[in-house]
Formats: sequence, C-alpha cells, structure tokens
Amino acid sequence: MIRVALPYHLRNLARVDTEVQLEVPSPVTLQAVLDALEARYPVLRGTIRDHGTLRRRPFIRFFACKEDLSLEPPETVLPEPVITGAEPLLIIGAMAGG
Amino acid sequence: MSKVRVLVGTKKGAFILTSDGKRQNWDVSGPHFAGWEIYHMKGSPVEPDRIYASQTSGWFGQITQRSDDGGKTWNPPGSKPEDLVGPDGMPKAESNKFVYEGEVGTHKWYDGTQHPWEFKRIWHLEPSLTDPDTVYAGAEDAAIFKSVDGGKTWKELSALRRVKGDLWQPGAGGMAVHTIILDPKNANRIYIAISAAGAFRTDDGGKTWRAINQGLKSQFELPDPDAEVGHCVHRIALHPSRPDVLFMQKHWDVMRTDNAGDSWREVSGNLPSDFGFPIDVHAHEPETIYVVPIKNDSEHFPPDGKLRVYRSRSGGNEWEALTKGLPQKDCYLNVLRDAMAVDSLEPCGVYFGTSGGQVYVSADSGDSWNPIVRDLPGVLSVEVQTLK
Repeated sequence: MIRVALPYHLRNLARVDTEVQLEVPSPVTLQAVLDALEARYPVLRGTIRDHGTLRRRPFIRFFACKEDLSLEPPETVLPEPVITGAEPLLIIGAMAGG
Repeated sequence: MSKVRVLVGTKKGAFILTSDGKRQNWDVSGPHFAGWEIYHMKGSPVEPDRIYASQTSGWFGQITQRSDDGGKTWNPPGSKPEDLVGPDGMPKAESNKFVYEGEVGTHKWYDGTQHPWEFKRIWHLEPSLTDPDTVYAGAEDAAIFKSVDGGKTWKELSALRRVKGDLWQPGAGGMAVHTIILDPKNANRIYIAISAAGAFRTDDGGKTWRAINQGLKSQFELPDPDAEVGHCVHRIALHPSRPDVLFMQKHWDVMRTDNAGDSWREVSGNLPSDFGFPIDVHAHEPETIYVVPIKNDSEHFPPDGKLRVYRSRSGGNEWEALTKGLPQKDCYLNVLRDAMAVDSLEPCGVYFGTSGGQVYVSADSGDSWNPIVRDLPGVLSVEVQTLK
C-alpha cells in the first residue's frame, strides 16, 4: 500500500484524519499515485493538479524520503521506501505569503 | 415576521449573520470553510435556503459549495447518493471544474504581449431568478460559466471572450468577471462587468455579447477616447423595476445609463472623490443610490480618514454624506466591490463590509449605521436575503 500524507485543508475536504493508503498499480509513479488518490477521493480533483492540464498547482509540493520531487516529471518512479510503504509521499502546501 | 440573513465572505472563511426585521440583535455563525477565501455567497431568489458559495485558495484552487438548508450544512454540488463515487463516497468534483471552451486563446498581458487565459478562481455567483438549479459564475481570468444542474457541472458561455478579448488586460486586482446582473424583465438579457475590460451585455442568453462602454472616459489608462474595451469597471447595479437604468462605479467616475448601457453619462457630481468600488440601489426607491468614496487609486481608504457612505436621491449628481454611526477619524480601510447589499424590508436596510472586518448595517436607508460585527477577517463580499 502506498501511504500519502495530505495537508490540513485537503484532509478536511477528503474527510480523513490521517494518512491515506492507496493501492497503486506498478510502476508506482507520481502520476499513478495522484490518479489513484483522485479516483478514491474525487473531491481532491483540481486541488493538487489543474483540472484541465493536470499540471501541479504552483503552491503544491511533493516530498518523499527527504527529497523534493515537485519538479520531477509525472512519470518519475517514486523511491523504493514509498513503494514498500515504509515512507509516505508528502503532499504539502508550500510556504508562501508573509 | 420577516428576517434577514447576511452572507459574508471573508479572506478566512464565511460568516452568516441573522436577525429579525428590526435588525438590531444579531446571531453570528461561522467561520464556515475556516482558513479559505470565500469570494462570494448568494442565495437563490426562488429557494432562499439554497445558497451557493465560492471557496478558493491560492494553494488548492477552486471549490464550489452549496447549502440547501440556509447555510447550516454545506456540500460540494454533486453530493446526492447517486452522484457519489469512490469507496468513501466522495463527490465527483465536476463542480470544481471550470475549463475554458475550445481554444483557450490569449489576452493582453502587463507587458503588452499576449498571454493565455488561465483559470484562477470564481469571484461571483449569480443564481437564476426563476430556477434554483441554474446559476452563473464569474471567473478570473475573465469568463462566465453557467450551471443548470445546481452547480454540479459548469459550461462556459465562451462568446463573451470573443468581444475583443485579446485586448483585455488585467489590472492590479486581476482580470475577473466580478459582476453578473440578470435582467428581471428579460430572461435573455445579462449584464456583466470585468475589471480593466469593461461592461458587456447579452440579449440572447449568452450566445452573443457586446461591449457597452460608450461614454466611459478613462483618459489615463486609455488614450483612445472611443476605446470600446479596456475600461476598469468596478461595479454596476440596477433596480429590478427599471432594468434599463444602470449605475456604475468605475475606477474613477460614477456613471449612469438609461438605455441598458448603450450610452453612459457621468453622475459623480459633488462626491469628495469619484473613485470607489461598490455601488448599490435602494430596494424601494430606484433613484436612490449608494457609493463609498475612496481617496484615490493609490490610497485605497476613505478621504480624510472618515468612513462616509454617500447617498444620492436623484439618481446621481447630488450626493449627501451619511456618517451617523460610522468612524469619522483615523479610519483607513476599504470597501470592496461585492461588499455592499440592500434588503427589501421597509425601511430599506443597507449593508457593507470592510477590509478591516466590520460589517455595518443601516436599518433606515442609510441615515444611521451600526456595526453587526467588528473583528472578522477582511470582508470580500456581502449579500443579504430578506426572508418571510
């Protein structure tokens, strides 16, 4: 199972209290995880990726295993500890503003 | 006995203020959607307990919310059992999907180059006057969308962007359809306004649109005195009994048309400043209008630190300051374009919200004012429902 940690406001929208766990078919890419996340929680469509272009929203960041994956292509395979469930994929609202 | 329900959108959530017809004692509920910007909420005139809300965030984008019980509970439209999908029963999220029709196209960018349309948020929601499932949404970047299924899905009325859209240019506040007015006597006529583009009208339900900016003068922004688009219209308003008469607060100038926007004339008269954002019309007196003058386009606060609503009982030109109950020194806040509304009680109630988080009410058509609340987040919008 793939573990995904959502930011506070998206947990509220998805009505979940903690990390979510997803079945994701191999290869476990960033895009595959987001597809599975949005299939399970359709209310999150458009909140992480643009509805039309599927591009990452500007103030959303992806982290895993202490690495910033935000600028990686969507077809990037996630690190092994994320695939095994040892580590979560972190979806984070970027620090922005003042 | 009649009641009023005031729908307040703020930078950090939504608040609902309710009172009986005396409008003296208020109950406050909220924040709803805490932490999110609520650009606008508005109830259906035919089913007042149905309220649409635009919930938005620079981080997480646009969410459409709907209440069917007067604001007690909210759900993204599409939350009926048959609309839910996924093992956790989530809405499909088509209610958040605002996608421009066809070729996206380009508009003028700040540097004069062309820039593609990019959806950012919904500024304004305008429910139909006759059908609770039909609602219009004004978007940034500027476009109008329509839903006929209670907000579950949206379709752009894209002909609007073909009215010289390549010449529209965002102002400092962005480029948004911020005003939508449905003509109560002609179901096919809709007026809209866009900051830094102008006012537009359709007479065929949105199939075609035309600019209605003749008579507007924007000499500092638009050297061409006959420019058809590019005018920074801040707000337009009408009285339902006379939908061909509209009042406008432009970036500078208060304007009036008596022919549905075919031509405008200035009615700023003796205002201390003709810069401002909101404008509204008395519920029972079509020639009585209200504005809140702001010092200028560089200093968005009232002249002399005095918060004054100005009222004209003659449809413009002759204005009187309304100050009783409003701070008359050290007041440096703003009132945004969608943050003024009137109820339909007798006497007419007038409401406005401020960037400082106050919502003021006048239960006597503006003669005197009281704060309903003083310490909300900055107010983005105010709407009022008069309930039986």
